[in-house]
Amino acid sequence: MSQVLRQVRFTNKTFWRNPASVFFTFAFPLLFLVIFTTLIGNDDVDLGGGIVKLSTYYVFSMAAFGLISACYTNIAISVVFAREEGVLKRVRGTPMRAGFYLAARVIHAALVGFLLVAITVAFGVIVYQAHFPSGVDVVYFVISLVVGAGCFAAIGLAISGLVPNADAGPPIINAVILPLLFLSGVFIFIGPDAASWVLWIGRIFPVRHLVEAMHRSYLGLPFHWSDVAVMAVWMVGAIVVATRTFRWEPGR
Amino acid sequence: MAERVIEITGLRKSYGDIEAVAGIDLHVDRGEVFALLGPNGAGKTTTTEILEGYLVPTGGHTSVLGHDPTKAERDLKQRIGIVLQSTGVDHFLTVRETIEMYGGYYERQRPTDEVIEVVGLREKADTRVRQLSGGQQRRLDVAIGLAGDPELLFLDEPTTGFDPNARRNAWEMVKNLASIGKTVWLTTHFMDEAQYLADRVAVIAKGVIVAEGTPDSIAGRDRMRTTIRFRPQSDAPVLPSWGQVPTADGGFLLEADDATRAVHDVTGWAIEHGVTLEVLEVTQPSLEDVYLGLTGEEEGEA
Repeated sequence: MSQVLRQVRFTNKTFWRNPASVFFTFAFPLLFLVIFTTLIGNDDVDLGGGIVKLSTYYVFSMAAFGLISACYTNIAISVVFAREEGVLKRVRGTPMRAGFYLAARVIHAALVGFLLVAITVAFGVIVYQAHFPSGVDVVYFVISLVVGAGCFAAIGLAISGLVPNADAGPPIINAVILPLLFLSGVFIFIGPDAASWVLWIGRIFPVRHLVEAMHRSYLGLPFHWSDVAVMAVWMVGAIVVATRTFRWEPGR
Repeated sequence: MAERVIEITGLRKSYGDIEAVAGIDLHVDRGEVFALLGPNGAGKTTTTEILEGYLVPTGGHTSVLGHDPTKAERDLKQRIGIVLQSTGVDHFLTVRETIEMYGGYYERQRPTDEVIEVVGLREKADTRVRQLSGGQQRRLDVAIGLAGDPELLFLDEPTTGFDPNARRNAWEMVKNLASIGKTVWLTTHFMDEAQYLADRVAVIAKGVIVAEGTPDSIAGRDRMRTTIRFRPQSDAPVLPSWGQVPTADGGFLLEADDATRAVHDVTGWAIEHGVTLEVLEVTQPSLEDVYLGLTGEEEGEA
């Protein structure tokens, strides 16, 4: 365990010293939060059990976006770069356990994600007077975050193995997630009257379930364990895929 | 009897139809500096990466410190240090942090300051990796290889891309390792490097070992004929016949099995007749000559 924590510390150092990755991970969710709430924040939306201002909706949907950026996008891109530069190959030649090394990356990404959620929520509460969860809802909220982080980190690791080289990394990794973010209501609210194929995409893929789990716990609505279950299934599936696709050596 | 650190028998590795390593036998004893010498694409890195556990051979048997490297056992990795051909480290850590991090993966971590000292990066200890020059990064690679205090160090073309000064420094570093009893497996395509560093050399070409021995005696180099080139002053008397052949510049070339006697013949004759030798050169075949002969590489070929 100490090996893992030690590695988390080094991963953390590397992360904060890379201005590009810090900027994209931290600035985007807050930037989008400000942009969306400024443009359409005063409208009301019906979340099926409670009518809230869009500004409140955007606080948790941007928090979800932050968690996905930190866990999925960041892990996938940083793993691809580390692999193509030969960092992973080098680690593979040492007695460091592969599982520990990857666990450290996942734990670090999750911590960054949680920090990002905290910042977004704090920002929303202070600037937009968004509601803040309390009591058992906090527990549900944390469960959503933890399972969501694990799910998207696992998907990030699985995707990294499908990326052939460093140049292809960002386009492929973004092309996978961006349409899903839109079709899952992260950027634009999607109500129950949306096209049915859009709703099905929300049901099948884990993004919408993360947003729903976060908004239900965040607003104190009845918590749906099915949201957590879908993310857990995706996590297990992604781990299975990752064990087959993950590569330690650069592509040629 | 010396302890076998590396034992290779009948090693083969093919990629599709191409046989990168076509059945080689080698061994390295404890405390030796062993150099695998060969042109690019001869199979040096493939062989090395099999020993390091990165590649699975198509056939044959390898043993490294008594382990089968293909099993990727952590016990084995605790005892070896690997310097790959291409470098790859996180750019944003400092030299010290990087060595510290990798060293921490090993049970027998060598003190970081000591490692920094060995590779001569003391002034750069707190510099971030991305700000290092190519040669300094390569030294950091070696430092990482040493961080776990390995018994056996793999150096895959450690000085490729170095300027002459940096190469000299790197050589001294490897000499130091050898002097403290480390076993070193080195690959290189520089003859002088093998000559200077290695106790034993094997030349690999097209996946097979074409010669093996000490740098001085490899492929009968010590038994090859010495060439003596000399040019007497123009009004010198006629030479006795030692088997010399005339050259275009009015001099002579003499190939001799017994160099000592041949030189004596030439210089003795010159002194006796009061003749000045304007040119006198004695050359033994260099390791390079031997190597070029063995690998069939022509000069100027990339």
